[in-house]
Amino acid sequence: MNLWLILPIVIPLLTAVITTLMYPTLRAQRWVSLGGATALLVAALGLLNDVWHNGIQVTQMGNWRAPYGITLVADLFSALMVTLAGIIGFAVAVYSLTSIDAARVRFGYYPLYHFLLMGVCGAFITGDLFNLYVWFEVMLMASFVLLALGGERGQLEGAIKYVTLNLMSSALFLAAMGILYGLVGTLNMADLARKLSATAQPGLVVAVALLFLAAFGIKAAIFPLFFWLPASYHTPPVAVSAVFAGLLTKVGVYALIRVFTLIFIQDVAFTHTLILGLAGLTMITGVLGAVAQNEFRRVLSFHIVSQIGYMIMGLGLFTPLGLAAAVFYIAHHIIVKTNLFLISGVVERMSGTFELKKLGGLYRAQPGLAVLFLIPAMSLAGLPPLSGFFAKLGLIQAGLPLEQYVIIGVALGVSLLTLFSMLKIWNEAFWKPLDDRRPLTEDRRSSVALFIPIVLLALLTLLIGFGAGPIFALALRAGQELMQPTDYIRAVLGGP
Amino acid sequence: MGDLALAVVVLSGFVVALVAPTVTRHRHNAAGWLIALLPLALTLYFVAQLPRLARGEVLTFAAPWVAELGLAFSLRADGLGVLFALLISGIGTLIVIYAGGYLHGNPFLGRFYAWLLVFMASMLGVALADNLIVLFVFWELTSLSSYILIGFEHESASARAAALQAMLVTGAGGLAMLAGLLLLGQVSGSLELSALLTQGDALRASPLYPAALLLVLLGAFSKSAQFPFHFWLPNAMQAPTPVSAYLHSATMVKAGVYLLARLNPALGGTDLWLYAVGGIGAATMLLGGYLALTQTDLKRLLAYSTVSALGTLTMLIGLGTSLALKAMVVFVLAHALYKGALFLIAGAVDHATGTRDVTQLGGLARAMPITASAAVLAALAMAGVPPLFGFIAKELIYEVGLELGVWWISAIVASALFTVFIASTIALGVFFGQTRHTPKHAHEAPSSLWLGPVVLAGLSLLIGSAPELVSAILIAPTVAAISGKPVAVKLALWHGVTPALLLSLATVLVGIGLFFARDALRRLLAPLRWSGAEQTYALALDGLNALARGQTRVLQNGYLRRYLMTIVLATVGLTGAVLLNQPIWNQLSNLPWETIWQDARFYELGLAVLIVLATIAAVVSPSRLGAVAALGVVGYSISLIFLAFGAPDLAMTQFTIESLSVLLFVLVFYHLPRFTRLSTSRARVRDAVIAALAGGLMTLFVLLAVGVQFQPSISDYFLENALPLAHGRNVVNVILVDFRGLDTLGEITVLGIAALGAYALLKLRREKIE
Repeated sequence: MNLWLILPIVIPLLTAVITTLMYPTLRAQRWVSLGGATALLVAALGLLNDVWHNGIQVTQMGNWRAPYGITLVADLFSALMVTLAGIIGFAVAVYSLTSIDAARVRFGYYPLYHFLLMGVCGAFITGDLFNLYVWFEVMLMASFVLLALGGERGQLEGAIKYVTLNLMSSALFLAAMGILYGLVGTLNMADLARKLSATAQPGLVVAVALLFLAAFGIKAAIFPLFFWLPASYHTPPVAVSAVFAGLLTKVGVYALIRVFTLIFIQDVAFTHTLILGLAGLTMITGVLGAVAQNEFRRVLSFHIVSQIGYMIMGLGLFTPLGLAAAVFYIAHHIIVKTNLFLISGVVERMSGTFELKKLGGLYRAQPGLAVLFLIPAMSLAGLPPLSGFFAKLGLIQAGLPLEQYVIIGVALGVSLLTLFSMLKIWNEAFWKPLDDRRPLTEDRRSSVALFIPIVLLALLTLLIGFGAGPIFALALRAGQELMQPTDYIRAVLGGP
Repeated sequence: MGDLALAVVVLSGFVVALVAPTVTRHRHNAAGWLIALLPLALTLYFVAQLPRLARGEVLTFAAPWVAELGLAFSLRADGLGVLFALLISGIGTLIVIYAGGYLHGNPFLGRFYAWLLVFMASMLGVALADNLIVLFVFWELTSLSSYILIGFEHESASARAAALQAMLVTGAGGLAMLAGLLLLGQVSGSLELSALLTQGDALRASPLYPAALLLVLLGAFSKSAQFPFHFWLPNAMQAPTPVSAYLHSATMVKAGVYLLARLNPALGGTDLWLYAVGGIGAATMLLGGYLALTQTDLKRLLAYSTVSALGTLTMLIGLGTSLALKAMVVFVLAHALYKGALFLIAGAVDHATGTRDVTQLGGLARAMPITASAAVLAALAMAGVPPLFGFIAKELIYEVGLELGVWWISAIVASALFTVFIASTIALGVFFGQTRHTPKHAHEAPSSLWLGPVVLAGLSLLIGSAPELVSAILIAPTVAAISGKPVAVKLALWHGVTPALLLSLATVLVGIGLFFARDALRRLLAPLRWSGAEQTYALALDGLNALARGQTRVLQNGYLRRYLMTIVLATVGLTGAVLLNQPIWNQLSNLPWETIWQDARFYELGLAVLIVLATIAAVVSPSRLGAVAALGVVGYSISLIFLAFGAPDLAMTQFTIESLSVLLFVLVFYHLPRFTRLSTSRARVRDAVIAALAGGLMTLFVLLAVGVQFQPSISDYFLENALPLAHGRNVVNVILVDFRGLDTLGEITVLGIAALGAYALLKLRREKIE
């Protein structure tokens, strides 16, 4: 039994339970939450360290040997994802300290927040398909309530769309799993992989795989399944948007990468080319959506969609380098995107609005904030030497030997449009003079707790850029592991 | 590793940029002089390297970065690199000093210096990078710093628009260039310039050569403002003058030229190169000069003349003869000296008089004697009058043209005429003739403002009079780097009475003649102004915004039902297409239908029929209550099926859930408005079809899954081991609490969250309302 594998589930669970029990004392809740988030980050780093040094880690829950019980398993990709969840969990927990109002805290913000983290971490380290479904449900329920908590009109409208479309994903997931169980008679992912590797009828499996593609595709917000995301992310408090932006879609991407490298590799020429096509369309529709927006968070939301396209482009290329680039991209994106949302919150606090038309004057008044915005914004656009550049460079380098020139062209073109829409925010919110009648709020309630996570994440962005060497090496090892599923299968099931 | 000093030199600008705002805050008056110490030191460093370069040595530095992507932080300083580095650091020194005077009192001078230094360091990086990706990294950083500097007066909408335009045009080109460079790396197997340059033949023979070349050219052309991307450069004159002089005349816009020169040994020498590079260069040279004729704003006038000069440089690289390359190198230096000076003078004039409109200026020589002397020298260099260095450059370019034939020399002479016209407009028009009334009372500029022009113009004179100062030590190594082989360079002011000299004389005379006819010329040409490229840019931008809005209105239309429809259709379409390609009909007909029918009990069939009927009832029911009741029937029937198959606990669970849901629905309906049907019958038919397709697909899947069992199920294990290992007789329970206990923990959590959520959603809203 490996403790590192269990802690990422147990710590948020305990934190959620404790904060629930302490519901009348707001202050204590905040500090327990912060402590829990810190502990989760430490545990995640411990897991990453363990996996980096000792290879794939496996724990059979209840000591029921695989495939009969539930297996928790962490390869490098999983461990990295848990680490990212830990980072974001910590950053947003700090940000929440002063940005979440007392009413929301009284009505369960913190328990929900940690339940969400529990679901996310569980999804990353489970080795069982049905268990993955359960974590999806934990995530969905927690995120739905977080989205709706507060009951503002816009929130409820967004939350309804969010929950309906995500339930559609759950239904598809469940149906696909039932069918797959009917075919193969097992739920353990490694066992599925082994039993499907010599299947008599790959075509039928491919059809089932497409159901999974749809189910996870909704979660990951790929084209043409992404509608729930831009419909909802701009409605809740910024801290909630930020943690969603960082983690939720990435669980979908994680699931896609996991099943389409481990289980569904029967007809790669078809499935992964399809994924590549969807990747391109996701990039384009997402970025065009962003270009059309005039509200800070709506622009950012559409960019999430667009960026998901890059991540699954790496999956579609289906080479170690491609997957390494995808992993690197995910890491870069989670940090950058969360940070941009956090910054949008500070901007809103200072200016009282998210509307680009009404914003302005921030470069003059807040040069520090301007630089803090430029770092993730330019990184998102892929400006070197920031993290996003290396992510894109990796994808292009992976695509060139495969002569996938179309998708490379799309990736490059979309990054220009990303730059364009980031510059739009810069132009409107930072450069444009502010209307004199409505000056920046003098009493800037923005406090240390808001800036600490922003600075932290910006530094991480710089680190991933300037220190891209070791981090890309890590991503490449993760990519090689993903392309070598036999190691994963052997780790889970034992045997030769 | 290698020369660590080289890396320090390149990166020092970034470090100093970090402290520049602090320095400026504390020593506003002396900030320029203090910060200029850095570029001055760099200049001295590069000068000190010249003897080594002349001996054929090359400075290198390499450190690992991202080995997996072929990226090392490698630098290489040869003649070409150091020539540019000298321009960057040398002119940079003067610009930093100048900016201290020009922006004196500006509260944002500190930020200005920070970005200026970021630019300087990045530009040094471009000139000294060995790895192509490192080159690209610095290339993009120059674009970013240029963007911020053009938008320095960011409260003006036109400055913001110009900054965005420059960024988009050069950014688009940059991305194309990245693709091209990576293709080159793909072909040659290395991203190091030093390795790439030795593989010219292999590169030129590759089928990827044309694509790679054109992509790289897009980057170089957009950066160096070649036709049809030239339009951003005059617009970039929104920047403060030191920026225009530095980035948009002396250094950054020459990055494209630098890249072409750099890659010449690897990519040059083909017909495509000749026509694409030489042709576009010549077109830009003529267009820039022509468009300059009608400009009356000093800076825009100079900007168009810069476009023309950049075209000349590009053309010379495209022609690629050894004479042309020599002319190109000499012209790079000559142009940087005189154009940098003229821009600074334009800024000083603006500073002193409050206007840059040449029709409003005249006779300033009396009020500004020092600036005027520098202006005259610089203008003479620009016009190509001996003994200034510009003369040597122009003579060489004429010789290139004469060597090639009548078309080339005509184009060159035409552009030289424009150049003389522009030079006269500045020197004669602004500083001599009648004194005009200007917004501010004209006065001599402070020393920080005249130092730069005087030094640059003085250098023009010095090098022109004694070209041997630079020919062996600077020009020769550069030409060698561009040609890929060692060359000897001898420059001289006097060649005897050659055709080139005669042409020069004629050009200067006719050009000055044109100047005196300037008013007529402007009237004549005003209606012929061409701005097609810029209009295309505006059109593309509008088109992009319209496309974005249109597609988003269609896709993200705000209607939940359409989202659902899209998702269902996409899933059914994709999956169905794959499924129908399978031999499913065989499989279906092979199912043991006989035994299936025989095994079916009558109550099972009855329940099945009931479920179907109830479903239909739920859909067509005109009342909510009826629909819910029908759904309840479906649910109860399912629990009966569970019961029939021997799962009483599942049946009980299902039964409870159904009862509760029906109850809750009824409670909720009490608060809802009356049910009305809003959808048209056409929409209902459409929905029915989509639903039927989805349902049909699932049915098909289930039938297939029943018929096909690839592997034995793990269920048997549970049946066998529930009692002996887990000590439970109820297998379902054992699965729930033991075999798969973690699932149950998760599901309990979900329920807990739901409870929390229901409470919070109801209560928090009510509190707010109250």
